[in-house]
Amino acid sequence: MKPTTWNYIWKIFTIVLMLYVILGGMLMEVPVLPVIHQTIRNIYFHVGMWFSMIFILFAGFIFSLRYLRTFHPRFDRMAYATVKTGLVFGFLGLITGMIWAKYTWGVYWVNDPKLNGAAVGILVYLAYMVLRSSVEDPEKRARLVAVYKIFAFVIMFVFIMILPRLTGASIHPGVDGNPALATGDLDPLMRRVFFPAIAAWMLFAWWVYTLVYRMDTVKEKINQINIDPS
Amino acid sequence: MVHREILSLIHKEFLLEWRQKHALGGIVLYLVSTIFICYLSFTGLMSVPVWNALFWIIIAFASLNLVLKSFGEENSGRKLYLYTLASPQAVIFSKILVNSLTMIVLGVLGFILFNLFMGNIAGGKPVYWLVLITGVVGFSSVLTMVSAIAGQVRNNFTLMAVLGFPLILPLLLLLIRSSLAALQGAGVADVGSDLLVILLLVLISLTLSNILFPYLWKD
Repeated sequence: MKPTTWNYIWKIFTIVLMLYVILGGMLMEVPVLPVIHQTIRNIYFHVGMWFSMIFILFAGFIFSLRYLRTFHPRFDRMAYATVKTGLVFGFLGLITGMIWAKYTWGVYWVNDPKLNGAAVGILVYLAYMVLRSSVEDPEKRARLVAVYKIFAFVIMFVFIMILPRLTGASIHPGVDGNPALATGDLDPLMRRVFFPAIAAWMLFAWWVYTLVYRMDTVKEKINQINIDPS
Repeated sequence: MVHREILSLIHKEFLLEWRQKHALGGIVLYLVSTIFICYLSFTGLMSVPVWNALFWIIIAFASLNLVLKSFGEENSGRKLYLYTLASPQAVIFSKILVNSLTMIVLGVLGFILFNLFMGNIAGGKPVYWLVLITGVVGFSSVLTMVSAIAGQVRNNFTLMAVLGFPLILPLLLLLIRSSLAALQGAGVADVGSDLLVILLLVLISLTLSNILFPYLWKD
């Protein structure tokens, strides 16, 4: 199969899957439970957004490593695009989570290891953006941000994996440190939409990332033409 | 070979520190005045959890200030000279060691002052001292690498705070929790798992500094 054809196929597949998730998520039968009632449908969206954020940011971690190996500016642009995309999905996950928390726990925010971990993670990536904007020289900037990103990613990973396990008392589901992956307690009715939802969100996030990356590349080229019109 | 390099670099750092006493004196004064301000403004509000949280926040800011100058004040000529002489690993390890040692001294000093002004709550608790020393070593080893990054940019105090705080925040929470347990009479075995996590973190940041610092060094 030619790569161009493949390009169309996975995007069409993503659209179909996403439509199924939105329609199925809103309309299909869900178990009737106290307290959370119909808000249980949020699991298809909230969890999917966090999954896609982690997925994109992990890809960005790999790009930063490859940048330090090769010093090719392409990898720096790729890493930057992953941070921008990941932050958008992170904020979406935060907003959907806060609305959900308001309806089930009664407040928008609780002092919980998982919630705080997510907030600190987003702060780290915002700090990445600040660091990026405060260095002029592109080669030096790429080097500094790659080093910061790798350092911060590993440290945050250790904290997010270890802290909730130690503190134990978390109101957020998923006690063993991976919220929502313990599918044993997910109703079979919901698995029909939940697994496609995860896949759809991840594919969608990757699509958005490729668009951001291509836009950045085009901007870079326009800049170069403006500087040197020959 | 590397041991010798690290030792002589540490010697150089302490010599510099001794000759520029005002820099360290500034941080000591910072500690004293912050504690005095807290003493004046928190009268009547003191409870054990507040005491503990306040103490750790002051220590976190002090280590941010201390570690910031380990790369911020190195001028470019001296950097180039060091670059020709020492390996990057020796440079970063010596900086982390010097920062940790200085921070232990500052932490103990701050702790004594804090007990003096804010009421002697923790002075007689050996577990608290253990948490204190592990905690400041944790702060210095994470922040030294951040300072190496921020030191390459002008106007770096804001940047240091922005880059460093999210990274030490979980550590800070962990320390506040375990030291509060120590205040309420927990033994070494009770806070042991927290201390192990901090030591693990120190090891990880040493490894990462070892791998990543050479990329910052060649400028």
